[in-house]
Amino acid sequence: MGIWSQTIILDLIYLIGSVTFILGLKMMGKPDTARRGNTYAAFGMTLAILGTIFLHTGEIKPIIYIMLFGAFAVGGIIGWMVAKKVKMTAMPQLVSLFNGMGGACAALISIMEFHVHAGDPKTIMMVMAGLIIGSISFSGSMIAFAKLNGNLNKNPRIPFYNIINAVILLITVGVGVYITVGNITDFMWPCIDLALALFYGIMFVLPIGGADMPVVISLLNSFTGLAAASGGFLYHNKVMLTGGILVGSAGTILTIAMCKGMNRTLFSVVFGAFGEGSAAAAGSASPTGGTVKDISIADCAVLMNYSKKVVIVPGYGLAVAQAQHVMHELEALLEERGVDVKYAIHPVAGRMPGHMNVLMAESNVDYSKLCEMEDINPEFDTTDVVFIVGANDVVNPAAKNNPASPIYGMPILEVERAKNIIVNKRSMAAGYAGIDNELFYNPKTSMLFGDAKKVVTELVAELKTM
Amino acid sequence: MQETLSFIGSHMQMWYILILMIFVGVEVINSVPSVLHTPLMSGANAIHGVVIIGAIIVLLNADPENYVELILGFVAVILGTLNVVGGFVVTDRMLEMFKKKPAKK
Repeated sequence: MGIWSQTIILDLIYLIGSVTFILGLKMMGKPDTARRGNTYAAFGMTLAILGTIFLHTGEIKPIIYIMLFGAFAVGGIIGWMVAKKVKMTAMPQLVSLFNGMGGACAALISIMEFHVHAGDPKTIMMVMAGLIIGSISFSGSMIAFAKLNGNLNKNPRIPFYNIINAVILLITVGVGVYITVGNITDFMWPCIDLALALFYGIMFVLPIGGADMPVVISLLNSFTGLAAASGGFLYHNKVMLTGGILVGSAGTILTIAMCKGMNRTLFSVVFGAFGEGSAAAAGSASPTGGTVKDISIADCAVLMNYSKKVVIVPGYGLAVAQAQHVMHELEALLEERGVDVKYAIHPVAGRMPGHMNVLMAESNVDYSKLCEMEDINPEFDTTDVVFIVGANDVVNPAAKNNPASPIYGMPILEVERAKNIIVNKRSMAAGYAGIDNELFYNPKTSMLFGDAKKVVTELVAELKTM
Repeated sequence: MQETLSFIGSHMQMWYILILMIFVGVEVINSVPSVLHTPLMSGANAIHGVVIIGAIIVLLNADPENYVELILGFVAVILGTLNVVGGFVVTDRMLEMFKKKPAKK
């Protein structure tokens, strides 16, 4: 087989790869085909990788093969283990971590390609684009990871951080343009730009609050896509280009859709201060002076046992306490006694849109019992007991009636329309958005303090004695 | 000016792909239920792991005598593999949860 036909076959393989990416992503948009879609894309990726190695024109030394497959083994085993072992609650930071790896990979490629292309403005432009975008994506993702993982809880805001960040970005891009246009061959310059881009990534994500992290990850995700696409230009490699741009474009739409779900604009996520000045305003407007009412496990069990309809509102707190399974037990027990039990899932419950569905599905809860917000909201009028476990912001009435609140306008679960509201929380601490919740002071609300798993287990035990 | 034009001209096919892909990306994601946003983001995350192809090319073209190049290429391939393998496995784990067919919706 000649070199010519070898290249054609590789091109065909890349074409198949591109098609699987598009098809896979499309199928991931529907619950029943989603998993197969992911498998298709993974298959296309494997094919493209193998094709790149075995249809490579030119001699390859054994040492290169050893290093290549050594790297596959190391990365593959670590990636597999981490992905398999991590708890479902920690998914968002893991996605951020893997995204950062992709960004770092793109940046590293650019650093290595610099000396090959130095002095040629046509290709060095793409080298610099990959370097800058990849680095920002890497350092930004690492900060997002640390924030979601709880290693970094502060959102430090230096004065005028928007202006300072804009200046850093301008300098970073400026140096990139200088290298491109000025035919710079000195290796010191791309290193400076690398440092600048890494620094910008940190500064970009650092002031953004934890609640907005999913949006940031989604944004950085599309950045990495663009970094991969610039590699496609560099190598004239079509599968890198299609894959990269596809993610860049789809990721942007996804970012905007996520913002919509939280009733925020992308602009306010990136440049706005969440839970800063606005938190003070919300604090003064909500009736913080009110009293909260406690309820005992026994009373709670009685109340539920003699209800016709119970709606459970699970939040991230439930998942952290690993209480999904015992919650399912409670649901089954109540159902057995003729109580109609449903779960109300807010679209942004958990740490990412749709995260809560994944977490509840993990504990074998019947899919048909998980109700979307629009479906369950009209049903609250006929609900006897709403049991809120570890959720806070998604049931905060301030989103409806307090224009000063930072979450004002976000659609919420209208639990206050039910006859009784029981809230399980560990303490009176504010939710993820860092704002107070007036629901707790509602006369219909009773608080059931304690760890979600412990409380629900006790509830189940209590119910069994009845 | 001449440089820029010749760059665009020499990559005309690539520009076509780029523009078309932007539209495909938008079309593919539009009107996806928010339930699937997290797995979708994770899936997209795995797909941009295609950057590994670049890392493989770099390593394949590396000079076997140059240890700096070899090691950097090695690290780049590891990073890319982490992105690809980790990304697809995590997405699969998330989507595994959706295996039961929804009764209504």
